[in-house]
Amino acid sequence: MPGKTVTGGAARPPRVRRLRGSVPVPLLLPALLGLAFLVLPLVALLVRTPWASLPEQLTSAEVWEALRLSLVCATLATAVSLVLGVPLAWLLARVDFPGRGLVRALVTLPLVLPPVVGGVALLMALGRNGVVGRLLDDWFGLTLPFTTTGVVIAEAFVAMPFLVISVEGTLRAADPRYEEAAATLGASRFTAFRRVTLPLIAPGIAAGAVLAWARALGEFGATITFAGNFPGRTQTMPLAVYLALQSDPAAAISLSLVLLAVSVAVLAGLRDRWMTAS
Amino acid sequence: MSRSVRLAAGVGATALLVTLTACSSSDDTAGSSAAASGSGSSARLSGTVTVFAAASLKESFTTLGERFEDEHPGTKVTFSFGGSDSLAASITGGAPADVFASASPRTMAIVTDAGDASGTPATFVRNRLEIATLPGNPDRIASLKDLTRSGLKVVLCDKEVPCGAAAQKALDAARLTLTPVSYEQDVKASLTKVELKEADAAVVYRTDVRAAGDKVRGVDFPESADAVNDYPIVQLKDTQNAEAAKAFIALVRSAEGQKVLTGAGFLKP
Repeated sequence: MPGKTVTGGAARPPRVRRLRGSVPVPLLLPALLGLAFLVLPLVALLVRTPWASLPEQLTSAEVWEALRLSLVCATLATAVSLVLGVPLAWLLARVDFPGRGLVRALVTLPLVLPPVVGGVALLMALGRNGVVGRLLDDWFGLTLPFTTTGVVIAEAFVAMPFLVISVEGTLRAADPRYEEAAATLGASRFTAFRRVTLPLIAPGIAAGAVLAWARALGEFGATITFAGNFPGRTQTMPLAVYLALQSDPAAAISLSLVLLAVSVAVLAGLRDRWMTAS
Repeated sequence: MSRSVRLAAGVGATALLVTLTACSSSDDTAGSSAAASGSGSSARLSGTVTVFAAASLKESFTTLGERFEDEHPGTKVTFSFGGSDSLAASITGGAPADVFASASPRTMAIVTDAGDASGTPATFVRNRLEIATLPGNPDRIASLKDLTRSGLKVVLCDKEVPCGAAAQKALDAARLTLTPVSYEQDVKASLTKVELKEADAAVVYRTDVRAAGDKVRGVDFPESADAVNDYPIVQLKDTQNAEAAKAFIALVRSAEGQKVLTGAGFLKP
C-alpha cells in the first residue's frame, strides 16, 4: 500500500503540472471569449431581473399554470420519446437493413429543422384537416391542435431525436457479445434486450432522456404553431415568456429566470451521469 | 456594400437638402398634394425604406411599396409585418426601422413614449372586425353570440395584440363571454387557423377576410362598430433615410394611397 502511493504520487504531479503550464494563449483566449459569450446573456438576465417585484410576479396563478404545464408536458414528451425512441435506436444500431443511413437521417431531421417548420408539418399531418388528423377526427372525433396532447406531440417531435442519437451512440459503444452470450444461453432476442442490453445502456438512456426533457421544456415554435396558445391548456413557459415580452418585459424576465433555474438545476443534477455515459 | 450605397445616397441628399425639406414639410399637412410633390422629388430619393407594419396591412402596404418603388426608381421598400406589439417591442429594442404603422394607438404609444418616434403619429385608416368562418359557413354563424356555442372551435387574437383587444371590446359591448381554443399572436395567425380548417371561426379584421379571398367567409356583426381600430403611422427617430420615409408616409396618406387601402376594405379615418 505505501509503495503504491509513493509511485503514484511520484508519477502524477509532473504530468499535471506540464498540462497546466502548457495551455497555449491562442487557445485560451478564444476559449475564455467563448465562455463569456455563452454566460454573459444569462448574467445580464440576472442583472436586469426586477428582484423587488419578483415574488409577486412569480406567485401569479398564470405563471404557475404555465410552469406546471411545461413540466408535465416535457415529462410526458420524454416518456413518449423513451417508449418509441429506445426501440428505434436499437433498430438503427443493431439491425442491418437497406436504407438504414436514410432512416437515420430522417430520424435526426427534427434536430436541424426549424421548430416552426416542424409545427407546420405536424398541422399538415395531424391537424383536424391533416392527412392523418382528418381520419382521427372522422373515426374517433379526436382533434389534436389546441390541446395539451398537441403540446406533448409537438415537444416529442423535436425532443425524440436527441434521445435516439444518444441511445444509438451508447448501443454502438456497448459490446454486442454480451447479447450474443445471452442468446447462446437460450435467451430470446427480446429477453436479451430486456435483461442484458437495457441495463448495459441505462446511463446512455438516462442521458438521452435528460437531453430530450430539456429540449421539450424549451420548445416554442412547434408548440405555438401546432397547439396554439391558451393559458392552462397549451400555454407553456416559453409561450408565456414570448407573449409577456410584448406587453410586460419585466414579467418576461422573471419568467425566463424560472426556466433558467429549472434547466440549470436539471443539468447540474444529472451532469455526472450524462458525462460518464458518453 | 450597403453602407457605401447609403453614404452615396447621403451625399446626394445633402446637396438637395433645402428643396427636399421644403417638399416634405408640405407632405405632412396636405395628403393629396403629396403624390405630386413625391413624384417631383423622385430623382432625389434613393436607398431603402424599412417599414414595420401591422400584420393586417400586409396586402395593401405591399402594393403601396411597389408603387413607391415605381415612382421613385432607385428606392427599395422592405417590410416587416407582424403583431403590432411585437413590432413595437423590436423598435424600442433598437430594431433598425424608418416607419412604423401600427394597428392601434395603444401600441403606437409604446413607441412614442419610449421617444423613438419623430413627430406626431397620424391616423391614416380605420379597421372593423369581422367573423371569419369556413367557406360556405357550415356552422351557420350569423352573429357574435353564435361564437359562444359549445363545440365550436374559435380562435381570437391575444388580448395584448390590437385585434384581440378590439375583439374583447366587442364582446364586452355585447355582454358575451367567449372561451376560444387559442389566443393567437397576431391577426394573420388567427386567420390561418381558419384557412387551414383547424378552427371553425376567428374574429379578425374585415380587411383580412377580404384578403383571404374565398378561403374564408366573412360574417359582419353589429358590435364591431364599438371596436373600430385607428391605425396610426409615424416616422421613427433613428431612421437612416428620413426623406424616403417621409415620402412613403405621404404616399400612404395621399389620395392614391387611400384608394388602395379602402379598396382592401379599410375605412377612411
